[in-house]
Amino acid sequence: MDALIDQLKGEIIEQLNLEDLKKEDINSDAPLFGEGLGLDSIDALELIVLLEKNHGIKVANPADGKKIFQSVRTMAEYIQANKK
Amino acid sequence: METKNYITSYCSIKSGKVNVNGKETYSDINLSSVDFIKSVYKQFQLNYPKFYKMDHLCKLAFVASDLLLKSNPIMQKYAPEDVSVIIANSASSLEIDTEHQNTISDKNNYFPSPAVFVYTLPNILIGEIAIRNCIKGENTFFIFDKFDADFMGSYINSLLNGSKAKCSLTGWVDFYENNYEAFLCTVEKEEGILNIEHNSEQLNKLYNN
Repeated sequence: MDALIDQLKGEIIEQLNLEDLKKEDINSDAPLFGEGLGLDSIDALELIVLLEKNHGIKVANPADGKKIFQSVRTMAEYIQANKK
Repeated sequence: METKNYITSYCSIKSGKVNVNGKETYSDINLSSVDFIKSVYKQFQLNYPKFYKMDHLCKLAFVASDLLLKSNPIMQKYAPEDVSVIIANSASSLEIDTEHQNTISDKNNYFPSPAVFVYTLPNILIGEIAIRNCIKGENTFFIFDKFDADFMGSYINSLLNGSKAKCSLTGWVDFYENNYEAFLCTVEKEEGILNIEHNSEQLNKLYNN
């Protein structure tokens, strides 16, 4: 799980152009939206694309997004539970 | 009788140099266009969380407008509705359009990026400037082969003289491949920091400076 979380942090930094952040600046359990990284609605769409492009996982129900994208850890847990 | 308007401040960014109100404030001619624009942002500590999310065209417009309005804080002087933003360029948003096209050209690797797609219009740069500075006045983006001082000068004068705005942030912001150029100025009905008469001759002179 730790390796996947570390990989995800790198992918998020690259996909969302968070150039002034390093992996170690991202708390695995901090909220991705609002506080924490302060991401916005476009970033949410980018995270959905990231899941599909890098991990082959489609978020079928948009309502699940709130739970999946709570933190880097919840994203990693979702990937692990849904990888084929 | 025609009313006089004034160019009260200006900023240009091109060829690795930043010039604000006639003074070179920063230069690094060894960097690529993208790296130079980022270095300007860092050099002047223009702290803005969304900067790195912008496309290159918006980044260029952002740093130019921020440096301009730091030298001449017009938003302390005018109501948001009284400031217009009128900008033009030649390449439109072709740089990011191409990037978007690359994400959708392969049916087997079809992953359009929402963050790229939202910048595929040149007037988005006006939106970024307006959001940053809470500007709510008239705004228009034109596309010309080259900077047209006659048209821009006449358009701005008609806005100011027709009471559509009391101040206008205007100019040229162009980015394509490794070529970039920003020239922005403030035009006001009242005299300000600089009191250069606003006409096509002076606009051309400052643009070519």
